[in-house]
Amino acid sequence: MSRRPRIAVVTFPGSCDDRDAAWALQAVGAEPVAVWHADEELPDVGAVVLPGGFSFGDYLRCGAIASFSPLMGAVIRFAADGGLVLGICNGFQVLCEARLLPGVLRPNASLSFVCRDVPLVVERADTPFTTRCSDGQALTIPVKHGEGCWFADDELLAEIEANGQVVLRYAESDNPNGSVANVAGVVNADGNVFGLMPHPEHGVDPLLGPGDGALILASLVDAVRLSTGLAV
Amino acid sequence: MRATVLVRPKQGILDPQGEAVGSSLRHLGFEVGDARVGRVIDIELGQADADSARADVDRMCRQLLANPLIESYEIELHA
Repeated sequence: MSRRPRIAVVTFPGSCDDRDAAWALQAVGAEPVAVWHADEELPDVGAVVLPGGFSFGDYLRCGAIASFSPLMGAVIRFAADGGLVLGICNGFQVLCEARLLPGVLRPNASLSFVCRDVPLVVERADTPFTTRCSDGQALTIPVKHGEGCWFADDELLAEIEANGQVVLRYAESDNPNGSVANVAGVVNADGNVFGLMPHPEHGVDPLLGPGDGALILASLVDAVRLSTGLAV
Repeated sequence: MRATVLVRPKQGILDPQGEAVGSSLRHLGFEVGDARVGRVIDIELGQADADSARADVDRMCRQLLANPLIESYEIELHA
């Protein structure tokens, strides 16, 4: 059996999907490594996952306070060196507030918490987070958030669209939060940091519903295997 | 010295909370137009010099208290 790629799963005070993320990562072949937000350094890992939850109670703005956790300095350096970083839901909010990803997440246009499976379209299958998908593929992955309305002003959106940084969109007729341009997930300009509001870790085992989330997480595991020289 | 920071959703930004508040006010019979919901942050400051206090609070706003993509801010200083 080949060695499992190690992927850090960060826990902030108020994270609640860290264990599910760790479970799902091991289900798709990784060795999850639990990391506490107050640590100054990352352990030896091939990727970092910032999980969902309500870090620091979503005080001030969701993700804003967590973006200054001691570990985030190490995550920012890891990303600057080309390390793969995946932010799910609150993790996406943290990455936007840390300015590793463009835009910001705002309260849902409906002001209601939304918790259901949503249809998505893969805009780019050539990122390290989507290689197991194909361009234009329809996925179904659950969302559960009150502040998932991704926003960028016209100028920033035009730049992101021109760079092809939108990786996932909600199906046109079924945007759960009112995000600009139906954006569900964006990647940074270098392509190594990805954030999305849907929860791939909640959609891995077909026993519990659509298993499309496994495609995202398994793509990441593949990418870590490639980058660390482990056999895929 | 104390500072009061007023953080508001920028003009043109959809403010669903403000819309809900405005609609509730109209429901109560008040004749009102748009309502916008922001945030007030009162801060006790260590220094007494107004210029350096304002510069400090401005940095606090840019780093943490407001997100420039969606929010504007105003600073009031009180002795």
